[in-house]
Amino acid sequence: MSQDNRRLHWAKTSRLTYWVLAIWFLFGYVFPFFAKDLDGGSFLGFPLGYYMIVQGSLIVFVLLIVGHNFLQDRIDDECGLSDE
Amino acid sequence: MSDQTQGTRFVDKLGKVYGIYTLGFLGFFALMAIVEQLGASAQLIGILFLLFTIAIYATIGWLSRTMQVDAYYVAGREVPSFYNGMATAADWMSGASFVALAGGIYFGGYPYLGFVIGWTGGYVLVNALMAPYLRKFGCYTVPDFIGTRYGGNLARFCAVLVLVVASFTYVTAQINATGTIAARALAIPFEVGVWFGLLGILLCSMLGGMRGVTWTQVAQYIVLIIAYLVPVIWMSNAQGFGIIPHFTYGDAALRIAELEAEYGLVAAAEAVAGLKVLTTAHFDPQGGLDSWKFVTLALAMMAGTASLPHILMRYFTTPSVRQARKSVGWSLFFIFLLYFTAPALATLTKLQLLDPNLATAVVGKAIDDVSNLEWIRNWTEVGMLSVVDQNGDGIVQLNEFFMRPDIVVLATPEIAGLPYVISGLVAAGGMAAAMSTADGLLLAIANALSHDLYYKIIDPKADTRRRLVVARVLLVGIGALAALIASLQLTGILGAVAWAFCFAGSGLFFPLVLGIWWKRANRPGAIAGMIAGFAAGTIYLIHVYNGGDQLWSIDHLRFSIIGMPVSLVAMIVVSLVTEAPDAEMQAMVDETRIPTGKTILTET
Repeated sequence: MSQDNRRLHWAKTSRLTYWVLAIWFLFGYVFPFFAKDLDGGSFLGFPLGYYMIVQGSLIVFVLLIVGHNFLQDRIDDECGLSDE
Repeated sequence: MSDQTQGTRFVDKLGKVYGIYTLGFLGFFALMAIVEQLGASAQLIGILFLLFTIAIYATIGWLSRTMQVDAYYVAGREVPSFYNGMATAADWMSGASFVALAGGIYFGGYPYLGFVIGWTGGYVLVNALMAPYLRKFGCYTVPDFIGTRYGGNLARFCAVLVLVVASFTYVTAQINATGTIAARALAIPFEVGVWFGLLGILLCSMLGGMRGVTWTQVAQYIVLIIAYLVPVIWMSNAQGFGIIPHFTYGDAALRIAELEAEYGLVAAAEAVAGLKVLTTAHFDPQGGLDSWKFVTLALAMMAGTASLPHILMRYFTTPSVRQARKSVGWSLFFIFLLYFTAPALATLTKLQLLDPNLATAVVGKAIDDVSNLEWIRNWTEVGMLSVVDQNGDGIVQLNEFFMRPDIVVLATPEIAGLPYVISGLVAAGGMAAAMSTADGLLLAIANALSHDLYYKIIDPKADTRRRLVVARVLLVGIGALAALIASLQLTGILGAVAWAFCFAGSGLFFPLVLGIWWKRANRPGAIAGMIAGFAAGTIYLIHVYNGGDQLWSIDHLRFSIIGMPVSLVAMIVVSLVTEAPDAEMQAMVDETRIPTGKTILTET
């Protein structure tokens, strides 16, 4: 387990984490902040802004964690640093 | 399962055990439905539901008893991710989530929905920034991480202090909730109900510590999610809103907006103490300040989620780092099931009351007819509902229908005309939600005091037996203190819950995150971050709560919006002007960031 390997692992891990946080910010703050404007649109018969807050963002959060973990597992495996 | 070999066997057959348990609970529910048909009173059904479920939790607590440190503090680190997800969901969803969330959405509209986004989005932070790294660290408690990462008893002590204040604020609200439910179902005074609730809570946690709490929380999750989903789906089918209402209530929301425009959202001519009329639109974001309030609330709740020790410590119990991450995903999925149901419940219940085309409508109907409805009479008797014809036109107006927000979940089955057995189920669910959260919180406090304060600071030579006895004595003592305070009814349920998130966010969020993500963070910086953030938040809370001017429209529910930036700045500035952490500590941080290898802390 070389130092370079660890550095690469952390560089990839941090980059992935920043992407995850960017998506989290978009669905947790940007869309809810502009709910009034989004309400012009419609999804499944819901006003879009309302839908995002009561359901859309929540589904994204669940999928975001699952996706994050899938990619993080891959990074760990690639670097030979998985604990399983 | 009281020793290691049996414990391992138990973990291997979890699917079977909880499968049978779930079927057993559904069987009990069916039995109660039959008993009701045979003419049993609602009172009797409520009592049976409560006693049956609590007896099961107590049995699990007894079977999980242990005298091993690892089992007591971290459930032997053998909880699979799926079950840890359920346990975390029960740990997380308090009596307030179960009972008050839908009512909050019913009355609060867009601004209140900040709680829904905040209490789910926080798990993205838990997963991205905290859980896998804390699991790798191998700590028993959250202050254990702070104390080891930054070194020194003062840092550890500050973390214990923030933990105790945040968790204690929260736990009194939960014991209050168990007392309320027990008092109503068993027909005993509230002051007695509180102690009854505490007894149930201690039966789960005292003998088995984290192991007992884990396996009872899984059982409690199953009860609470069934108790939340069944009434909503049953109601939806009975009233023709669709088989699974979650994806089709958009029309209902639009219809409510129409009706609100028709009736007008005006304050009551004469207020009724403790009760509310609907004055906030179901969903009508104004942009600007309204949006600002939404995102600040969401941020305060998310940061709190990622810093509350009773949640973080659940991820110490998995067998591996990978399992810890996976279990955060399961946790949010199980929480999501309730949180995406609550808005559906609030919307459909509101539509049933407002829409004159529906048989269940109350608003727009003649006052004499409405006053004679059975569910209206029942809730009016206990002072939680009131219909008064204030303008004297003989018709119930929207601003003449008064209700306590808390009762939306409890009254929904009655509004829709469902049988009483559903109400018994809901009571059992509310009790499970409040008990499981109280258990997690009490254990977090008692473990921090026994492990960090007593063992690490006061008496490092104490043997295992002594440590575990101290841990249990503290658990009972703190529980009794919380019950005493709850019985005095000093705080409202929701205020106290939001405060706990803000205390934890102000004092612990940045010291935890930067401990992993910023190697340069050092001891003086962390201490400054904890003390300054916590103090700034607390001072602002006291200032606003006593009627002081609000800064940037930040009220007492989101005071960590003040505390957190202060904590961040103090931590960075003090870290940078003092010496960098030594090589050993920096190597420790590197080690924390990779999943492989030994944990930083080994079993003691």
